[in-house]
Amino acid sequence: MKRRRFHPLQIITYIAVWIPLAILLWDLTHDNLGADIIREATLRTGKTALALLVLSLACTPVSTILNYKPLLKLRRPLGLYSFMYASIHFAIFIGVDYFFDLTLIKGALLEKRFAIVGLTTGLILLVLAITSTQGWKRRLKKRCVQLHKLAYVAGFLATVHFVWLVKQGVVEPWIWMGVVLILLLARIPPVKKFTLAVRSRSAP
Amino acid sequence: MSKISPSEITPEHIYLSRRELLKSMGILTGGAALLAACNGNPPPMTLEPGPQGDPAADPVDPSASSNVDELGDPLNTFDDITNYNNYYEFTTDKIDVARLAEGYPISPWEIQVGGLVHNPTTFSLDDLRKFEIEERIYRMRCVEAWSMVIPWMGFPLSKMLAQVEPKAEAKYVRFETIHDTKGMPGFTKYPFYQWPYVEGLRMDEAMHDLTLISTGLYGKELLPQNGAPARLVVPWKYGFKSIKSIVKIDLVTEMPILLWMNAAPNEYGFYANVNPEVDHPRWSQGTERRIGELGRRETLMFNGYADEVAHLYSGMDLSINF
Repeated sequence: MKRRRFHPLQIITYIAVWIPLAILLWDLTHDNLGADIIREATLRTGKTALALLVLSLACTPVSTILNYKPLLKLRRPLGLYSFMYASIHFAIFIGVDYFFDLTLIKGALLEKRFAIVGLTTGLILLVLAITSTQGWKRRLKKRCVQLHKLAYVAGFLATVHFVWLVKQGVVEPWIWMGVVLILLLARIPPVKKFTLAVRSRSAP
Repeated sequence: MSKISPSEITPEHIYLSRRELLKSMGILTGGAALLAACNGNPPPMTLEPGPQGDPAADPVDPSASSNVDELGDPLNTFDDITNYNNYYEFTTDKIDVARLAEGYPISPWEIQVGGLVHNPTTFSLDDLRKFEIEERIYRMRCVEAWSMVIPWMGFPLSKMLAQVEPKAEAKYVRFETIHDTKGMPGFTKYPFYQWPYVEGLRMDEAMHDLTLISTGLYGKELLPQNGAPARLVVPWKYGFKSIKSIVKIDLVTEMPILLWMNAAPNEYGFYANVNPEVDHPRWSQGTERRIGELGRRETLMFNGYADEVAHLYSGMDLSINF
């Protein structure tokens, strides 16, 4: 069997994705999460999941612009680690915030649109994580590529989840939503064509 | 509730002497820059930038007459109460408020009480100190569904209003926070909001004995992040009603338009009574996270003060008057 060769970018990615969790655990053990530890941990893991998902979505357009193929190898790990942080985020919500109180969770999770949207995002990431293996790629063939375009839906829903969580006038989630929409725009064929044209013109 | 004499609560003599010392050393300089000039009114006060009482250096340790509220719930720590604040004039980041508010000048300070009153009065810090200070251990329930138990020091708002002698036609009380565009970064950072921060109460709510003007907590003078030098505390309403760092109180006939009513009229109403049966449009108000605890508590009607205040709203549909 051929030994797998890792691109340096992959190695950096595989290490870097653990840093937010390491910081979270450090801050947790050093009483550095403020008074509302649960909220801070929930926010941080959620934001990390969103950031990794956005980075994963950015790989394709950035690789098109820069004509740099190795970036495409980062899509899968970034997406998988986004799912990992989303899972921690969800686990804190269920297990620590609501302490497995099913009646309360039912009210909080299934009756509020921001929570429903968050749950949907998580389920999409779950499906994408499961079908990200070589075996599934073989089985799904072309449909796999189509299926994984759902990552854009997940990215957009994640920002909706964020927007619906904050009070009016808080700008940050809207910035995230703008970034996701720009990345989505970059995938539209005419825009992609334009990017490629600009690239070939500016290339030496 | 036990009464504590003002001299036990406020380390004024020490606090002031330190301030005098610094002043004589020239550390306190003139602060003409800090004028609330934006609202077109004459500036309500001039502020001197000066060192804030550093809680660590303050000679009086935080102390309260009891470890629990009347329901047996433990008090939150001084540390939690002073380091987790919603104060958008500084920042929307609750953890960062304490740092940004550190050293915010709160002396001298004036509160103009006017409008439909017989005796309009401007209260200085010294005037505020003349009120008999009592301790009130209240639950504080934020509209964001978290809560704390806080041992406030202060006096009933009704005592202050009695001094200005409200006219019969006064129906509402309108409160305003300082609008200091130089010292508080939030005004330029969050132009979305229609500053200054405005809050209001119906006259009977304002006169209710639970309604407090707080000047301290845990036996110490308020720190800027908690709304120093004087803020409102209305324990049966969501926390945003308890307006901070008040500079103006007006008695009026019309229901005032409040900052949050402007920002999202479908989400924040005038009354904002804590009510587990009326959800926020986007999240449940049925439960809350008590800071320092795991899991959730069920939110109590009127935040547990129903016996005292429910009669104020008899016959009102609270899902409409949210």
